[in-house]
Amino acid sequence: MKRRYLMFAVLGCALVGAASLATAQDTTEKALEKYRQMLRDDPWSNPALLDADRGEVLWKTAAGPNKATLEKCDLGKGPGVVDGAFAELPRYFADANRVMDVETRLMWCMEKLQGIPRAELINRPFPGGGQPVKNLGAIATYISSKSNGKTFAARMERPQEKEVLALGKELFHRRQGPFDFSCASCHADAGKRIRLQGLPFLGQPAEAKKVIGEWPAYRVSSTHVMTMQHRLFDCFWQMRMPQMEMGSDASVALIAYLVKNAEGGKIDAPGLKR
Amino acid sequence: MRKIFISIAAVLIAGTAVSTAQQKPAVDRAKADAAVKSAFPSAPADWQPRLVQDETMKQCSAHDNLPPKAVGEAIQKRERATIEYPADGQFMGDWKRGERIAQSGYGLRFTDYPPRNPNGGNCYACHQLTKAELSFGTVGPSLLNYGGIRKFGAAETKAVYEKIYNAHASYPCSLMPRLGSNKVLTIEQIKDVVALVMSPDSPVNK
Repeated sequence: MKRRYLMFAVLGCALVGAASLATAQDTTEKALEKYRQMLRDDPWSNPALLDADRGEVLWKTAAGPNKATLEKCDLGKGPGVVDGAFAELPRYFADANRVMDVETRLMWCMEKLQGIPRAELINRPFPGGGQPVKNLGAIATYISSKSNGKTFAARMERPQEKEVLALGKELFHRRQGPFDFSCASCHADAGKRIRLQGLPFLGQPAEAKKVIGEWPAYRVSSTHVMTMQHRLFDCFWQMRMPQMEMGSDASVALIAYLVKNAEGGKIDAPGLKR
Repeated sequence: MRKIFISIAAVLIAGTAVSTAQQKPAVDRAKADAAVKSAFPSAPADWQPRLVQDETMKQCSAHDNLPPKAVGEAIQKRERATIEYPADGQFMGDWKRGERIAQSGYGLRFTDYPPRNPNGGNCYACHQLTKAELSFGTVGPSLLNYGGIRKFGAAETKAVYEKIYNAHASYPCSLMPRLGSNKVLTIEQIKDVVALVMSPDSPVNK
């Protein structure tokens, strides 16, 4: 966190000078945009691509008590079909009788096909700062990269999916915890910032389309890939809530709500974030 | 089950005097309560209250933070009653300590236990305060020269204390945390932040 602020502070300080504050603000914003553009200019510089490669190997490697690969995992387009599958998630899976996002579905496949206990999969599922993304996250990075260039097309028309969407919307606006925060506290208005970090208006399709497709993403400030489940976990940490369980109904519902808002938005995964 | 929820919701809505045009169906809230309860299975016993909404949270969530007049007034009244005032009647502490509190986002996150530092107010996350600090957020209004604009008035100073202690008492469904009522900051810490905002010596007013 501190490092993140420092980075921006350095950028900010370098540019401010004696100009009026309003001008200083504009200049800082421009400098930040230039920094983001530099990150985007060379797509092959994204370290997340290494994790996507690692994920592909893991997908095809026998693992767990059953010594099975994930190549029979059905991500919604039939067993083993990876191309374009991420673009249609979250969706309802009859075999699990649940709506699932990519990570929750992978958890299910690792449990059912490879025999890895669920308890093991949900125990410390996300990397600490500087640590590489865990195996499941690397596989999710691979799966999402195989929908790169496509647009979000989760239909979410089945009754189970509609129910999950409604829950996601409710949770997005739910104020809770000692800070009274909801997702909407920070993400229901345009052009706002926390410190210098811009806040996307995620309740609005225009901005959701721009950013949701960038996850999973390599985060420069924490030097690892962060998946969408991890991103939510991090939001709830900041909201002073307890540790959100990976694959919980609440997490899937929020992801469904965000992806629905981003419907038609381009998938540009894995992305690169400050 | 669903039908029962819906009929309960219908009764509740019909029995409420206020406008319910913006009220979302209560069936969603019951489901949200259950989903939140199951999403945080590792939460220790003393964290369980964080999973439950109080009346103000429920009302603000239901109305997307734009409560109808009657609901807003009920919230204001209820929240104002939670404000505790300094025993010595002084609303201003030390602005230098206030600046440190305004900078710090420490406290109450699950990585902050056992506490190693006093909680911060994290004011700069959302507000501009001093000219020197350029890394400020814009979720809340700029407070630059807040005291100066108000001529450092005594009534205004008390009002700032109340707004920090519980913003809903002044602005129902404010996005700002109830820093005093929710025991994020102590009375002494709030006085220090009031000094940062209202003291003529503070860089906020220079």
